[in-house]
Amino acid sequence: MNDIKMVAAFAENKPGQVAHFTKILAGASINIRWLAVASTGPFGVMKFLVSNPEKACEALKHEGFVVKLVDALAIEVPDKPGGLHAVADCLAKHNINLDNASGFTANNRAILVIEVSNHDLAHAVLQKQGFHVLEQKELPV
Amino acid sequence: MFRDQKIETLDRPALEQLQLQRLRKTVRRVAAHVPFYRQKFAELGVKPADIRSLADLRRLPFTGSADLRANYPTGLLAMPYDTTLRLHTSSGTTGKPKALFFSRKDVDNAAELCARSFVMTGITHKDVFQNMMTYGMFTGALVTHYGAEKIGCLVIPAGPGNSERQLMLMQDFRTTFIHLTPSYALYLATFLEKHGVDPRRDLALRKAFVGAEPYTEETCRKIEEGLGLDVYNSYGLSEMNGPGIAFECVQKHGMHLWEDHFLIEIIDPQTGEPLPDGEAGELVMTTLTREAMPLLRYRTRDITSIITRPCPCGRTHRRLNRIAGRSDDMLIVRGVNIYPQQIERVLMAASGVGRNYLISLEGLDEMTIKVELAEAGFEGQVEQLMKLQGQLAEKLRTEILIKPQVQLLPPGSLPVSEGKAKRVIDNRKL
Repeated sequence: MNDIKMVAAFAENKPGQVAHFTKILAGASINIRWLAVASTGPFGVMKFLVSNPEKACEALKHEGFVVKLVDALAIEVPDKPGGLHAVADCLAKHNINLDNASGFTANNRAILVIEVSNHDLAHAVLQKQGFHVLEQKELPV
Repeated sequence: MFRDQKIETLDRPALEQLQLQRLRKTVRRVAAHVPFYRQKFAELGVKPADIRSLADLRRLPFTGSADLRANYPTGLLAMPYDTTLRLHTSSGTTGKPKALFFSRKDVDNAAELCARSFVMTGITHKDVFQNMMTYGMFTGALVTHYGAEKIGCLVIPAGPGNSERQLMLMQDFRTTFIHLTPSYALYLATFLEKHGVDPRRDLALRKAFVGAEPYTEETCRKIEEGLGLDVYNSYGLSEMNGPGIAFECVQKHGMHLWEDHFLIEIIDPQTGEPLPDGEAGELVMTTLTREAMPLLRYRTRDITSIITRPCPCGRTHRRLNRIAGRSDDMLIVRGVNIYPQQIERVLMAASGVGRNYLISLEGLDEMTIKVELAEAGFEGQVEQLMKLQGQLAEKLRTEILIKPQVQLLPPGSLPVSEGKAKRVIDNRKL
């Protein structure tokens, strides 16, 4: 399987940090598909889904940032009541913890991005349940 | 490898006889020419003739850095001003510097001791020496420069900083040894890494003499790893010629202090009482061959201990342990005495953080250790970083007995020093 990789970058928690990253990625012709920022006190971690995670990592490293590719699952969820619940329930039944989750719906498509305690198991059980787990190549370039 | 085998391996009784003879000469010299010492002798009721054995050293007065400042600029000269040859100053950061005069013989001796120290590690005339210490009033660069020239090395007086140029010089002239501060050495290692230079593959570096700031065993290993060479610890202070006073031999276990030129004592810094060999205390030094400005029992403020065991290298000159800190650098936080080197030791041994750090004291005794995150310490999660901070704080607590805040920063966010590093910022409102 060719799961999507998230680019995680360490940053100080101060104004201008996201702009700094987006400028570097724009300069490397990298399209950002999704972004999340988690911060605590003086620092934070920014996470990106991008067209080319390896290239994004290189570009950020070159500018001196500490970065890491992190496993994530992007799941297409039916846009109807109970759609998200079906995913959460499936994970709960297999005792898989949701570490981070976010999602959004538009044009009748809903994509849920999650990080879980047991990545491979989560992938397998979700697929078995009939969910569409996106591959890296499905992210538009 | 010896430069002066006879003197370097002189048996202890003969060495001590030489020391006594030179001590008596030095005491007579300052009594005759330096009013400051004449007055001190009078206060203590001691005359040059009273110095009959090395044990009588204790009867002589201490000299402190305050005495050097009080007698600035020429008060401690033991020869006419117009016969001196060179002026150095100490790297003091506040007020007037300490003025240090050298006669022609003093300049020559200082260079000779550096030459001895280099040869001790296997340096020969075929070596190429890139000197990355600050040239100027500071003793660090000039004294080693002349020492390496005495051996016949090619000397490149590069000075510190401008790492692009340092790299170019090291590549073009096949530099084999360097002399620099530990903070610049760490920076240079990071610089090479960033520019894709593997020193083992791309450079001819074999040795680094690292000094001018105290540093830990862990830092030494990081420098060796990052620059692909052998690090030799060196000790010196401007008041005593600068570098070349005590260097490591190939055993790399303690630094041989050249006892034919200096008398050493270890004292309790609080009481001034001598401590038994092996116990850690303040190093006190007396010059034995200085002409221009002899100093008696100079309090270095550096904390170390003497290794008395014979060294397998055959030298009889005793060794100093790594400097644990300078008593001036000691911090008192929440009533606990802390040396910055203790913190450095923990950080350098920890994985996941970089080589640069800053100790920040704020408010009412709040200590924050700022350190840069390294790639190996990042797993992409905020929670994991908080855990890393907590683990570092705990490791520090076991070393310094109080628990500091640890703050992770992106690489490159702490100031980089190319001379002496400023590791402590004290903004406490006490």
